[in-house]
Amino acid sequence: MSAAMRRLAAMLATVLALTIGLSPLAAVAVDDPSEMLPDPHQEARAQAIGSQLRCLVCQNESIEDSSAGLARDLRHVVREHVAKGESDRQIMDWMVGRYGNFIRLSPPLTTGTVLLWLMPVLALLVGGLVAFLSFRRARGTGPAPLSDDERTRLTDLT
Amino acid sequence: MSDNAPRPDLPRRRLLMAAPLVVAGGAGVAFWRMLSGMQQGSFDPHDIQAPALNRPVPDFTLPDQLPGQGFGAADLRALKVPVLVNFFASWCIPCVAEMPQLNALKARLPIWGIAYKDKPADALGFVRRAGNPYARIASDLSGMTAIDWGVSGVPESFLIGPGGVIRWHSAAALDEATAHQTLLPLAASLRI
Repeated sequence: MSAAMRRLAAMLATVLALTIGLSPLAAVAVDDPSEMLPDPHQEARAQAIGSQLRCLVCQNESIEDSSAGLARDLRHVVREHVAKGESDRQIMDWMVGRYGNFIRLSPPLTTGTVLLWLMPVLALLVGGLVAFLSFRRARGTGPAPLSDDERTRLTDLT
Repeated sequence: MSDNAPRPDLPRRRLLMAAPLVVAGGAGVAFWRMLSGMQQGSFDPHDIQAPALNRPVPDFTLPDQLPGQGFGAADLRALKVPVLVNFFASWCIPCVAEMPQLNALKARLPIWGIAYKDKPADALGFVRRAGNPYARIASDLSGMTAIDWGVSGVPESFLIGPGGVIRWHSAAALDEATAHQTLLPLAASLRI
């Protein structure tokens, strides 16, 4: 292996190692490492909860992805509750109690969201019914037999 | 081929063809109603439905923000008259725009301010410049009390009825129409 090739290989390996090593950090908007919990298991839980909470300033980002001040405060609150040993459910309820269901990025099943949640099943059922009906018809009515007129035209052609 | 002969299942085919049209028409009507609601202001997709409504104010005690005197949940619950609680900050442009409205309102409805994530010196300067509409002012430097109230940004106002119950909420700067058509009539109805 030439010296140039070896250098290239070393460079590639460094880039790869950096990419793999830094990607978990790049996935969150935590601006300051001091925000993160010392226990990696707890931090992972806090991130999972935070990614389910809507940032109310930017509205279509989760609080883990947003750099808004309120998102930072809410991240801090989530981590405080995780450190206290509360369950995911308790933390979610705490947030919903203050900001309503709007803070949940995945809406809960309520009378207002039933249609939303059932839509995939409904679409599958309707699609299946349409497919079933059209297949049955295709099998039942094949092409009509040739009339005498058509038969003579066919023999003329061949 | 017998293209001209009427197919026996033609009514059903017509029905199948009409079904997507009906669905599209229904979706169109729903969409139109949503858009016209947005234009008239009766529907706002960004609106945050405050769960705090008709609940007592959350527990808190906040220190003084000069030139006012701080307050807490106990003070609001002890009230016999309605009060408007207004979250503001010196760094918030809509809050600057809202100040003349609040100053015009203060004679008819007491307003208590909470300075949200604002340096005490900045908040003091802001209130001095804009004219002080607040009967009392507390400082929420960490912003944690605001989160307990469900505040998502400043300015945000809450009408507190007697006994410290939240009766009305607005996540936008108060304008004259809202103040005179909604807020003041509601406050008057709470005054027994």
